[in-house]
Amino acid sequence: MTSANIAFRSLKPLRLLLAVSPIAVLLLCIPYLTNPYQTLILAYGLIMAIAALGFNLLLGYTGLLSFGHSAYFGVGAYAVAFMVKYLHVRSMELFVLGGLLATIVLTALFGVICVRYTRIFFSILTLALSQVLWSLAYKFFWVTGGTDGLRVPTPSLVAGMVDAAKLSYGGKVVTYYYYVLFFFFLSVGLMWLIVHSPFGTALQAIRDNETRAAFVGVRVQRFRWLAFLVSGIFTGLAGILWVPLNGLTTPDILVWTFSGRIVFFTVLGGFRSFVGPILGAVVFNYLETYAISATVYWQFVLGAVLVVLVLVMPTGLVGLLSRLAYAVRRAT
Amino acid sequence: MSLLRTEQLQKRFGETHAVDNVNFVVEQGEVLSLIGSNGAGKTTLVNLISGLLSPDSGKIFLQDQDITSMGIYDRIKAGIARSFQLVNLFDQLTALDNVALTIFSRQGKTQRLTALAVNDREVTDEALAVLDAFGLQDRWNIPAIGLAQGERKLLDVAVAYALRPHLLFLDEPTSGVSTRDKGRVMDTITSVVRSGHITAVIIEHDMDVVFTYSDRIVVMHEGAILADGTPAEIRANAAVATTLLGTPTAE
Repeated sequence: MTSANIAFRSLKPLRLLLAVSPIAVLLLCIPYLTNPYQTLILAYGLIMAIAALGFNLLLGYTGLLSFGHSAYFGVGAYAVAFMVKYLHVRSMELFVLGGLLATIVLTALFGVICVRYTRIFFSILTLALSQVLWSLAYKFFWVTGGTDGLRVPTPSLVAGMVDAAKLSYGGKVVTYYYYVLFFFFLSVGLMWLIVHSPFGTALQAIRDNETRAAFVGVRVQRFRWLAFLVSGIFTGLAGILWVPLNGLTTPDILVWTFSGRIVFFTVLGGFRSFVGPILGAVVFNYLETYAISATVYWQFVLGAVLVVLVLVMPTGLVGLLSRLAYAVRRAT
Repeated sequence: MSLLRTEQLQKRFGETHAVDNVNFVVEQGEVLSLIGSNGAGKTTLVNLISGLLSPDSGKIFLQDQDITSMGIYDRIKAGIARSFQLVNLFDQLTALDNVALTIFSRQGKTQRLTALAVNDREVTDEALAVLDAFGLQDRWNIPAIGLAQGERKLLDVAVAYALRPHLLFLDEPTSGVSTRDKGRVMDTITSVVRSGHITAVIIEHDMDVVFTYSDRIVVMHEGAILADGTPAEIRANAAVATTLLGTPTAE
């Protein structure tokens, strides 16, 4: 066995390329295959998928369950809203830069506090800190707009070359969809690289056995903090992309139940696989959208899905699809 | 100069003197066995030297450098590695990744976020060579949890060995291994250790293993060192025979 063979067998580059290409082409063609409303829902789904990718770096790869990721999503969104309100910025690229900077500062600080603990203590601490942010956004209404929130108008895109505000509704949706898609592809590629890097291997080692990880020279706390930071940055980016699409940010995205949604769709897709959180986020978004429009008891529907998920599909949708594919292969 | 020495090392757990004023010496290049009944303080002594526990008092020197206050990371950098009594592996990672991670860590590459791990030919080749030395080359792609107990023990040692330590502690390398496989496991471990010029300290309960593979044996009893000598000297030691084996030596 040579190292070249191992690289090929481990990553299965051809299979990977074959699997990804049709999905990428489909995503690129969606605006031409469906109406702007469906494109809009998918754009929301892709944004949540970026948040889930970040979240799963902690849960699936580092073994830390955060119940406070609403904080990083929210700080990205609120940073954009503050830039609009106080600095009168309208450029999406500046939103991304400013939002990421704010997310990095907050996540780095929260990470220093949280990664000293693991298991339930870590989860509760992340939840508590996100609730602190929520209460600040809720109470300091003269700064944050309180429950009314802050409005974010449609920004200019691609260094001011595209003024999306002047486009029709359909044009606005499609243009912004491609903007989101660009960041989605970038996030998926970057996260794939991270989890297959030596750093990603070290995180999985910490997840499996932190004592042994320390005894092979991995600085466990430092690596957890780095994972926390990267995770927060991805989730913050999702918040930055989400707020112009939604047009408004309120304290609802900082409250712990929003963190619960991120946990929900990551578990729905399957946190033991790379694509699970992506699939879960997109499916959850459709599920929630159609459940809300179909019944006033939509939360009951989502609750029932969660119960079925935990009892019948602990490996999520990806696990279910894998089992189905295996059964089909055996049958044929 | 000794490779490692402890001076008046002490560790208590409540009223129990787990390690009681121990002066323990390891010479360069030897395979030393640390024996004693359960609760004698062997694993606690190794935990103190490897940094898992902090001593209540006393000093630890590695090549005359005081490492008593060093953390685990710095002790590893100084050249101390260990395996564990209960197999301690990264269960979801393949055998190759278990070893490769150790090499990445040794080479300071674990903070690389955007380089594919398997594309590092140098590390992959070295990891394969380590697996080959431990007879695990055909199992490189199996997650650690899927390996047989004997293979897991070997991988456990291989992971520590890949750090290229000066001093390697092996805590019961044959526990849980079938009697039939013990010889093969120990032959492999001692062969790799001796050919790599690594000093090894083995904690072991199986006296056949101890007397077959050791250059020197240190016997612990109730937290203190009871005897220290070659296998022949230990075999002839009346105090050891009485304490450890529960029988008087033959005249």
